[in-house]
Amino acid sequence: MTLNSHNSATTFENADIMITQRKKLSYRHAFMLVLKRDLTIAMRHRDDIINPLLFFVIVITLFPLGIGPEAQTLSRIAPGIIWVAALLATLLSLDRLFKSDHHDGSLEQMLLSPHPIFVLVLAKIFAHWLITGLPLIFIAPLLAVLLHLNEQSYGALMLTLLLGTPVLSLLGAIGVALTVGIKKGGVLLSLLVLPLYIPVLIFATSAIDTAALGLPYSGQLAIIAALFFGSLTLAPFAVGAALKVSTN
Amino acid sequence: MWKWLHPYANPEVTYHFTSKLLPWLSALAAIFLSIGLVWALLFAPADYQQGHSFRIFYIHVPAASLSMGIYFGMAIAAFCSLVWQFKLADASAAALAPIGAVFTAIALITGAAWGKPMWGTWWIWDARLTSELILLFLYLGVIALHSAFEDKNLAGKAAGILTLVGVINIPIIKYSVDWWNTLHQGSTVSKLGKPSMSLDMLWPFIICFIGFSLLVGVIACLRFRNEILARNSIRPWVRELVSQKLNNDH
Repeated sequence: MTLNSHNSATTFENADIMITQRKKLSYRHAFMLVLKRDLTIAMRHRDDIINPLLFFVIVITLFPLGIGPEAQTLSRIAPGIIWVAALLATLLSLDRLFKSDHHDGSLEQMLLSPHPIFVLVLAKIFAHWLITGLPLIFIAPLLAVLLHLNEQSYGALMLTLLLGTPVLSLLGAIGVALTVGIKKGGVLLSLLVLPLYIPVLIFATSAIDTAALGLPYSGQLAIIAALFFGSLTLAPFAVGAALKVSTN
Repeated sequence: MWKWLHPYANPEVTYHFTSKLLPWLSALAAIFLSIGLVWALLFAPADYQQGHSFRIFYIHVPAASLSMGIYFGMAIAAFCSLVWQFKLADASAAALAPIGAVFTAIALITGAAWGKPMWGTWWIWDARLTSELILLFLYLGVIALHSAFEDKNLAGKAAGILTLVGVINIPIIKYSVDWWNTLHQGSTVSKLGKPSMSLDMLWPFIICFIGFSLLVGVIACLRFRNEILARNSIRPWVRELVSQKLNNDH
């Protein structure tokens, strides 16, 4: 009798485990797991977060030194400088997206898991954006002050960075996925990815310039948003296909 | 319906098909190019505004449009190779990439040489020039990615994905560069307003265009054959071919 009830208890437990396992298969859960994992790893290697930011700051301080301290010139070229520096800082940090996972084999395990690659890749890219894109947005106004950016442009700068940096992460992920298996992938990555960044750069700087004139810049923002949603839906497929090639 | 196409999935059959195709293509390309270029450079009337420097048009425009056409050809090949796993489609994409890059470079260089007498400078950040330059970067990216992989099959797949990403991006880049130029344009250098061409200018242009397209076909055939041989170098038919060739030479 006691034995029987014990048995039934274990079967109930088993059923519970099975239910939780089935829950684990839900897309949201897989997404959150990968996201949490990547963020934890990033928190344990803080240099990786701070170094691209430092690079961003240093590149921007170099421009006034090279061009001259006239406020008028600087405020004219500030949007371009900030955005180009943001592109380069993102590019520097991209390598981390898949490389260490590729080295220790966890990337292959992810590809072998029953979850769709789309969800896992999206989670990794989102984590990358949280680690590199978001800090850039917070630090950008400070640098805009250094470059005498027009006061009316701050809102546009923040909004374009908010919409544009995810695009950079998404498109960059394609490049990283293609080059992750190659030994000297770093320089190649910039060759592959930078041409794809051109539309974001053009529309973002044009939005900031338009804002400086006091004109509405919602058109440019709408286009950057379109680029964002377009790359959000398409890029993970390309990343998945590229990762399958890279891990062979 | 597509059954006639099936034998060409075999590299050997395709190789022999291209050997038959090549002399015809070469002869046609030679005929069209020699007629077209002689007509265009010597006999076509000079432009009433631009004088003789206008004649570079007969090389510049075919190179520019072929540079884009080749990219789309590459994209189609990449698509076929990714979707239907045609190994030969990979080889053809790999064969096309450097040709496209060279045609883009030719378009840029002839454009600069044309711009110097017309606009007074070698380079202008004109929308068309800029997007052509970016197209060159895209080509170089594909070529660099292709040569970074040791395994040619992987290289073909990776370059194929990049080509498809590029082909989605080309219209976006083109559109954004057009937008950028209209916003930033300081000095109004109008694009060469293309007046409807007179017939004695149009005919040599059409012949030149066909000639250059055939030339692309010839070079593509040659490179494609090399790719097939390099990828199948361990197959018996390739070894037989090489040993036959060696015997004939001795």
